[in-house]
Amino acid sequence: MTELVTGTGEPAPAPAATQPGAEPSVARVSQWADIRHRFFANKLAVVGLAIIVVLVLTALLAPVLAPYDPLKQDLTATLQAPGGKHLLGTDALGRDQLSRLIYGSRIAVVVGLASILVALTIGIVLGALAGYFGRWVDTVIMRAADIFFAFPLLIGSIVIILLMGRGVLPVVLSLGIFQWATFARLLRSQILSVREMDFVHAARALGAGRSRIIRKHILPNSVTSVLVYGTSNVGIAIVAEASLSYLGVGVDPEVAEWGNMISAGRGFMGVKDFMWTYPSLAIVITALGFILLGNGLRDALDPKLR
Amino acid sequence: MTSLETAPANAGPDGTAPLLEVRDLHVEFKVRDSVTKAVNGVNYSVNAGETLAVLGESGSGKSVTAQAIMGILDSPPGRITKGQIFFQGQDILSLPENERRKLRGARMAMIFQDALSSLNPVLSVGFQLGEMFRAHQGLTRKEAKAKAIELMDRVRIPAARQRVNDYPHQFSGGMRQRIMIAMALALEPDLIIADEPTTALDVTVQAQVMDLLAELQREYNMGLILITHDLGVVADVADKIAVMYAGRIVETAPVHELYKRPAHPYTRGLLDSIPRLDQKGQELYAIKGLPPNLQQIPPGCAFNPRCAQARDICRTDVPALVPVTGEDGTELPGRASACHFWKETLRG
Amino acid sequence: MGRYVVRRLGQLVVVVLGATLILFACLFVLPGDPVGQIAGSDKARDPAVIEQLHKQYGLDKPLVVQYGTYVGKLVTGDLGTDYTQSRPVAEILEPKLVNTAKLAVFAIAIDIVIGVSVGVVAAMRRYSIWDVSATFVTTLAIGVPSIVLGMLMQRLFVVELGWFPLIADGSFKSMVLPAVTLAIIDAALVAQLARSTMLEVLRADYVKTAVAKGLSRRTILFRHILRNSVIPVVTYLGISFGTLLGGAIITETIFNWNGIGLALIQAIQQNNNPIIVGVVTISVAIFVLLNLVVDLLYAALDPRIRLS
Repeated sequence: MTELVTGTGEPAPAPAATQPGAEPSVARVSQWADIRHRFFANKLAVVGLAIIVVLVLTALLAPVLAPYDPLKQDLTATLQAPGGKHLLGTDALGRDQLSRLIYGSRIAVVVGLASILVALTIGIVLGALAGYFGRWVDTVIMRAADIFFAFPLLIGSIVIILLMGRGVLPVVLSLGIFQWATFARLLRSQILSVREMDFVHAARALGAGRSRIIRKHILPNSVTSVLVYGTSNVGIAIVAEASLSYLGVGVDPEVAEWGNMISAGRGFMGVKDFMWTYPSLAIVITALGFILLGNGLRDALDPKLR
Repeated sequence: MTSLETAPANAGPDGTAPLLEVRDLHVEFKVRDSVTKAVNGVNYSVNAGETLAVLGESGSGKSVTAQAIMGILDSPPGRITKGQIFFQGQDILSLPENERRKLRGARMAMIFQDALSSLNPVLSVGFQLGEMFRAHQGLTRKEAKAKAIELMDRVRIPAARQRVNDYPHQFSGGMRQRIMIAMALALEPDLIIADEPTTALDVTVQAQVMDLLAELQREYNMGLILITHDLGVVADVADKIAVMYAGRIVETAPVHELYKRPAHPYTRGLLDSIPRLDQKGQELYAIKGLPPNLQQIPPGCAFNPRCAQARDICRTDVPALVPVTGEDGTELPGRASACHFWKETLRG
Repeated sequence: MGRYVVRRLGQLVVVVLGATLILFACLFVLPGDPVGQIAGSDKARDPAVIEQLHKQYGLDKPLVVQYGTYVGKLVTGDLGTDYTQSRPVAEILEPKLVNTAKLAVFAIAIDIVIGVSVGVVAAMRRYSIWDVSATFVTTLAIGVPSIVLGMLMQRLFVVELGWFPLIADGSFKSMVLPAVTLAIIDAALVAQLARSTMLEVLRADYVKTAVAKGLSRRTILFRHILRNSVIPVVTYLGISFGTLLGGAIITETIFNWNGIGLALIQAIQQNNNPIIVGVVTISVAIFVLLNLVVDLLYAALDPRIRLS
């Protein structure tokens, strides 16, 4: 699919003029224009971006969009089928499902973005230290990364949440803590390869200082792929958060949240399927949005990969 | 457009057909909506025991022509749109793939530029050499290994018996290229195509590898097509030269004549850009401009935008490859040029 | 090769020690007083009983000593005693681990067969309708998380069609749905990985060499292309297998599969800390071990790693 749009051709012996991105720091401006152009030429990537924009807008405008208070119970109107006053029906406590779905996007966006931000911050700082200083700094940080990497995401997160109690903050922190290692490893290996590139040697030969080389040459060229990877991981974090809540170890059970909604609908499978199908759909669309965006960004950054 | 009539007649010394003859070959690469015209009517021939050097910049179509001869074009997107290739009198482009495959490696073999990337990293060199015998002669793994050791000895790799199970990355660049040569020679083919065989090597090693190749060629009386952009390499080993530009042959000549008196401005430019000891201190000559974009080859002579002698006709008419004659009007054997003003070039 | 293994084993020890430190910390900071749990609520909170229980569980000793004891026991496979049944954690979890392993093996088998073949076909027929549909389907599959996929599977094949039992009884039949649920996302990822590595290998110079040698298509495909493409796929599958063995919490919960993932969730509901820590320990240990195996396999497949 995406290949049709962004795939480069085979190595036809074309003249060198059509190969962009060969000199990373020389023509940054036109390089970014190139990336933007390739990204928007990819229809699926644009679809992904659109999904995410809609998701974020829904989260921001939830109070305006939601017809009811997502927490307000109405015991006279429980388990109502979709239609009528409640477009997507009500749950076992008579809470409006559509309103809960809309408010659920807030948890998804907040947890998804915040946990990746936590992971990226830790990962970039530690990965940069390891990659640039090497020696024992590298060893210590990478062994620490190994330790955190050894915990499967959900299992590690559960441990932290059991320590901190349920809630949005524990979920954000736990998902961040068990994802930084991947980013740190990626950044470190990027730095190691960028450090050996000719333009860095050239900068050094021209007498650029150590910190200038890091700031101006190595980091900008290594961080990009980490950020792209981080973007596609927002979807993974959202799914993980919903899964934790589904398992009863995420946010509080009464909070309007997609995993909670699916969990609440589980007992009504085959009877009141609307209770879990709509939140499921919301999760799938969100996850797909981030996958498409991530693929699009990756292909736009490095068309050779596809 | 080069036609068959004007193509250099290159019958073998005894009057029989040449070992290999390429006639009016055209190759295109089609990627989505852009078409790259890599080869646009190439004619050349090689006899047994003869060395033809094909000279040109990257993108001139010299490698693509070679791949078309071997039948290893990336296809798609590459496609032979026109032309014929005769090998020992047989039109190999009309052969079924299975017959074609039997020729490859056995009767015609290729040596690639970068031995490290051209050898499979996860298989031992002995295995990769032995594969030739297993695929074409049905030898057992053990017999093939013995042959591999023999071959490695043949190309003078020290301690062949101990190193036969080593992997490509454990060898030096020169040794790796020797292994590539050994692989090409394994079944004593009639034709070898060497695509920039020494470009990736150190200068000192280059000479050794080139000498080895030339020596083995003489020994087996093979035809050799030596693809290169390095005029220095050519002078020592080639019998004749074909200069390519933008997918066409612009000049052919016996090697020493070409050096003495080029009949095409492009060839002259190449010769002038060789650094020479007797011109130390002078600025080095360089052909101005860039190689042509093969998706938009300029009308007329493809070289015209870079040619100091270009006139109006050069921008409109494609020059044919015509025989070059001496002052007395007799054809100079083996010489042809695709320049409207070859006479001026030759004599100027 | 020898030095490589030794270095990797050294790293493994560091990782395991670090992980146990984290786990040990959890064991003692986790809320819910284990002793209160066992002493029960109705039984008189006799201080003597509590003290006796503290002693029994070694909770009266300094933390450093407790950590030493904990690691010492861990080495011998002793995961402590569980709070609710007073049985060794290892004994409780062993059959559950076997169940989880069955599921993991089944799922990985599906990944290999479906994932690799789809990836290979897509790469060989690049841009064909097969390739385009494979990319479409795998992208979609990756977007459907286990919680959704499991629910859908159960709704369709258990509730609607009645093909499989609702409560897993450990039989092969009851294993199909959870295994397929586990396998789908990974199979899709394997297919994409296999496709992209294979496309890369197809472009490699040594494949061109193989063609120029006059080898048959079969030989080129199996010996030169697949052999090189398989390396990253093996790595991925190994890590994925490690994750599955560590307990597929969601899938086991949805299908009531009596593995260590379900045990973890049940233990959380019962505040049964030794089981929680036991499961996490097993999960981490298996993952780390599998990583080592993958590294060794990698070295065996790629001589460049082995000898550097």
